Amino acid sequence: MSADVAPLPAAHVPAADARAAETRALHRRKVWGKVGRYALLTVLAIIVLFPIYITIVNSLLKPVDITSRPPKLFPTDPQFGSYQDAWNAGHMGTYLKNSFIVTFLITVGQVLTAILAGYAFAFLQFPFKRVLFVVFLATLMVPFEVTIVTNVSTISDLGLYNSYAGLAVPFLATGFGAFLMRQAFLTLPHELRDAAALDGYGHWRFLWRVAVPLARPAVAALTVFAFLAAWNQYLWPLLITKDDELRTVQIGLKQLQQTSIDQINITFAGAIIAVVPLVILLLFFQKQLVRGLTAGAVKG
Amino acid sequence: MAASGVALTPARKRLRRRERGLGYLLLIPSLLVFGVFVFWPLVHNAYLGFYRNPPFPGLPSTYVGFDQYKDVLTSQTFVDSVKTTFLFAVLTVPVGIAAGLALAILAHQQLKGIGIYRTFFSSTVATSVAVAAVIFGTLMNPSVGLLPWLGLTTNPTVLQNPDWALIAVAVVTVWQTLGLTFILMASGLQGVPDELYEAARVDGAGPWSRFWHVTLPMMSPTIFFAVVIGTIFAFQSFGQIDILTQGGPLKKTNVLTYFIYDTLQRQSDPGKAAVLAVALFLLTLILALAQIWLLERRVSYER
Repeated sequence: MSADVAPLPAAHVPAADARAAETRALHRRKVWGKVGRYALLTVLAIIVLFPIYITIVNSLLKPVDITSRPPKLFPTDPQFGSYQDAWNAGHMGTYLKNSFIVTFLITVGQVLTAILAGYAFAFLQFPFKRVLFVVFLATLMVPFEVTIVTNVSTISDLGLYNSYAGLAVPFLATGFGAFLMRQAFLTLPHELRDAAALDGYGHWRFLWRVAVPLARPAVAALTVFAFLAAWNQYLWPLLITKDDELRTVQIGLKQLQQTSIDQINITFAGAIIAVVPLVILLLFFQKQLVRGLTAGAVKG
Repeated sequence: MAASGVALTPARKRLRRRERGLGYLLLIPSLLVFGVFVFWPLVHNAYLGFYRNPPFPGLPSTYVGFDQYKDVLTSQTFVDSVKTTFLFAVLTVPVGIAAGLALAILAHQQLKGIGIYRTFFSSTVATSVAVAAVIFGTLMNPSVGLLPWLGLTTNPTVLQNPDWALIAVAVVTVWQTLGLTFILMASGLQGVPDELYEAARVDGAGPWSRFWHVTLPMMSPTIFFAVVIGTIFAFQSFGQIDILTQGGPLKKTNVLTYFIYDTLQRQSDPGKAAVLAVALFLLTLILALAQIWLLERRVSYER
């Protein structure tokens, strides 16, 4: 086709001329449209990111430079001492360790109990199964904030006040986790269980050797989700700890903010320290988080 | 069920019994946690509400029947707190969802490098409520903050201003949850088939009309989910209020969760706190059921 058109010099045909101009105009409009879209996206990204960006910058400035006006938007002479101060004097190192321990306990506990319960609901037959499943779902209707009045005294009565166990125990099982694992197990073909039974696999062996490996995406999603929720907990650690030795990062950060108004760069450094573990987690496991989040949104 | 008429062999019976036992065994860890930390508190809260705290510590608390329920639930502080809680949900949920959806639509186009923008827009998912509150608390600080320098301030300063404090806390909340909302909306958009947009375009629908007639109806299950979960989240907000305003100024940010915490910890009044907790439970329950009932009817699930 283009070979047919080629011999005719375009300039000699008015219609082709107009068409070319039109194409050029369209092209120009497309380019500008693209530039406009990038500009809009960039402006919005700057608005969303600015609080985090300025926190990083301020954590690297000297306190006097933070209050200088116009503000410094780039650390020309970065001061990393604030991180050291936040870590040692501000106890962020200890808080971080505590958060890791408690988050680990909660995540492992939640995933384990969810796998067990999910398997029972998906693969086993027993009386009152439906009722018990409704009981599990009913826990989703009880906000944790409602239970604190009693839970604080229960934890104290159990002798777990101000301890890692006290921080973790109420969260070792969730209705959400059991529901997620049940759904994942239900998608496995039932013949799988029969075949495994013929091979002499009991339920226990089938669960850990076949069902859990096949449900790995759901397990991963639940793990990331549980980690995120546990890491960000605020109210319960505030209620159940009294020593710096046991405070978690979120509470520690509040503490840090209250103690060092004059050394505000340390507060900023502390905020960054609190965020870094989650940034790393999400860099690697964003897909799993999305799956965990949307599990509830999908039509059931 | 070929063997329905035939009696089970002893071996099969034993197997059945064992399966039954295993079923309960696997549920026990979860049920133990739920029993002690979810269901028992509901019962115990209701019971605690019948006992009034002694005027001086050390004395026994006294049984007052429903008196304390009546006193607390009819008090002006409680009514104001409920109003504040609802207002906070109204300030955060629709704005948050609209912002998340808008960003998701903008990031849902064929452009080079769009993946970077998606990462940017979802970035606040790495922040916690405490981190967001500390960052914004400093940004809004009248002596060191950047926002007052930009002229974004009020008199008295935002967080101490009865008219503005709740709005400021809402802004922090919307920002902190934006990453989550964006991720949710973006993955919802991926479920909308491109052919629908093509068909709409062929029919001459502009971007606005495509939004109203394709995007919105197709996204309604996701939006519905976000409204329900977002409202529950909003009703449980605590950390940002504890860090930024402590319920003040003039109790203008005294949402129910903060009211419970304040009553329990600072006033050491478990009886009154229990009544408030019962109220919060019933409120969220009614609200969730009402939302599900109301919205289920308007959501289109056809795909």
